[in-house]
Amino acid sequence: MPDGEMSTACREGILGREPRLTIFERSRPGRGAAATPALDVPDKPLDEVVPAALRRTRPARLPEVAEVDIVRHFTNLSALNYGVDNGAYPLGSCTMKYNPRVNERAATLEGFRGLHPYQPESLAQGALELLYTLEGWLCEIAGLARATLQPAAGAHGELTGLLLMRAAHEARGRAPRRIVIPDTAHGTNPASVIMAGYDPVAVSSDARGGVDMDRLREIVAEGDIAGLMLTNPSTLGLFEEHILEIAELVHGAGGLLYYDGANSNAVLGISRPGDMGFDIVHFNTHKTFSTPHGGGGPGAGPIVVGEELVPFLPVPTVEKRDDGTYYLDHDRPRSIGKVRTFYGNVGVLVRAYAYIRALGPDGLRRVSERAVLNANYVLAGLRDLFDVPFERRCMHEFVVSATPLREHGVRAMDVAKRLLDHGVHPPTTYFPLIVDEALMVEPTETESRESLDRIVEAFRTVAREAAEDPEMVCAAPHTLPVRRLDEASAARKPVVRQRFPEDEGAAAS
Amino acid sequence: MAAESYPQDLKYYKEHDWVRLEGDEAVFGITWFAQDALGEIVYADLPDVGDTVTAGAPYGELESVKAVSDVFAPLSGEITDVNAVLEDEPQLVNEDCYGEGWILRVRLSDQAELESLMDAEAYQKFLAEA
Repeated sequence: MPDGEMSTACREGILGREPRLTIFERSRPGRGAAATPALDVPDKPLDEVVPAALRRTRPARLPEVAEVDIVRHFTNLSALNYGVDNGAYPLGSCTMKYNPRVNERAATLEGFRGLHPYQPESLAQGALELLYTLEGWLCEIAGLARATLQPAAGAHGELTGLLLMRAAHEARGRAPRRIVIPDTAHGTNPASVIMAGYDPVAVSSDARGGVDMDRLREIVAEGDIAGLMLTNPSTLGLFEEHILEIAELVHGAGGLLYYDGANSNAVLGISRPGDMGFDIVHFNTHKTFSTPHGGGGPGAGPIVVGEELVPFLPVPTVEKRDDGTYYLDHDRPRSIGKVRTFYGNVGVLVRAYAYIRALGPDGLRRVSERAVLNANYVLAGLRDLFDVPFERRCMHEFVVSATPLREHGVRAMDVAKRLLDHGVHPPTTYFPLIVDEALMVEPTETESRESLDRIVEAFRTVAREAAEDPEMVCAAPHTLPVRRLDEASAARKPVVRQRFPEDEGAAAS
Repeated sequence: MAAESYPQDLKYYKEHDWVRLEGDEAVFGITWFAQDALGEIVYADLPDVGDTVTAGAPYGELESVKAVSDVFAPLSGEITDVNAVLEDEPQLVNEDCYGEGWILRVRLSDQAELESLMDAEAYQKFLAEA
């Protein structure tokens, strides 16, 4: 039985029998899961411990449930979730690779778990050595000089990188305003440009999905170029063929090049952003280096920079003394300052270290080779059913268009929702914007051939269903705990609180 | 969703808006092509009565399952009515883009701008060339 059917049966059968109640709805007066020990200190009047004026006047409304109810409640909730530990997750641009368990083991070693940010340097030498070593590896992978591990996520890295760019321009006595961004860029790029006080300028794509060089030349000729942000391979999963020419053009105009590392999983150990001409690079450790995704963090978006930008890196940097000990250097007068409390999300960085250490240079290269191979394998299985907007070999991900299904009234969003019923996480939809009905698929290197075959089969089944029973596809998902969500209302009028029935109707105060 | 159509009695603007002229007022909406390109519309962020709109400038946003898109004013003037039903039923823009899915009613401030609009035939030619 395919995975999808099995998980469906589980959800509807075994799990479906347990009533879906909140922990408060399970509560019954007098039930509990705690037993307090007998008092073994002198009994004191409560007024002596907490003055009456500071005590609440009525007891907190806590759920009263037995231990078994708590365990079932949260176990069943967790089973409603879907993650890379459940099955394939080909969500393009997100690199949802498996997160090896050894990373967790490393991060929970007592020396890291018990570390305090104010611990003296002499008692944190191991952690400092790890950060120093990781910085060196990221520099080697990027082909650049130094790094900061502090940014808490990719977009934070973008902002930090742009602030470094500004500092470098100021040091040169310049104040250019414009930053060029391709029309395929992640939305964070123009958002970061605005946050950094620059003006984004969009450059269109050419017929092969790369930067339109004629248009770029026009934009650069207009002047005032602070830099260019580029994802390579692009969000179309295509390698930018003109990158050396682009770098020459932008550098020639006094601009700097920023590499959005979201798609680094395609090029590890194969090509280096520094060699392509980039001056600033960010890595998303949760994509490329197998640290956990989601939940709003904690994450890490280290940035790596060329020599010219090193003096401006955030403080503190981790440095090594001649005697082999490590220290935090706060004395960097040209630094842009701090971008994050303390030293970044160290626990996440330990996981990235463990991943890189386990694989080594050859292993990282194989990661990228297999990520590219897997994407091309899935694309080959789909190209007869979907439109392929750019007929080129893809890198670690690809974009196809669901327009052939439109004659049945089925759109990319419907395909995505129906894939859920088949036990496959949907691809990214409607992005990048330049492809109609875009489905962006990134299987990652950690899916086996059998898993890739199941992904292909799920897409093919949905395409067949679109022709045979489009209404059913357009009403999907049918087997999940919730059906189609009203995402616009959820975003704008979120209901984040369920009231007690007796408080229902009472105005929020 | 209705079949593709571009009514003869409407005028059209290059940002895929239609205009229905009624004396010194005009009703604005988006064309079949625009609603089809956007896909299922899930939210309409519209201005208020009394606000002014300027030809060629965005006056509101339509959010579809794909993306949030600006809606452009084909003509300038003062808003006299807003289709409040779209607040709860934005999908009317998909279901009946020339009828129930109208967006604004505007008292026009510059009749000369009318010359920049296309008729149905010219708009369809514009679509074919785009």
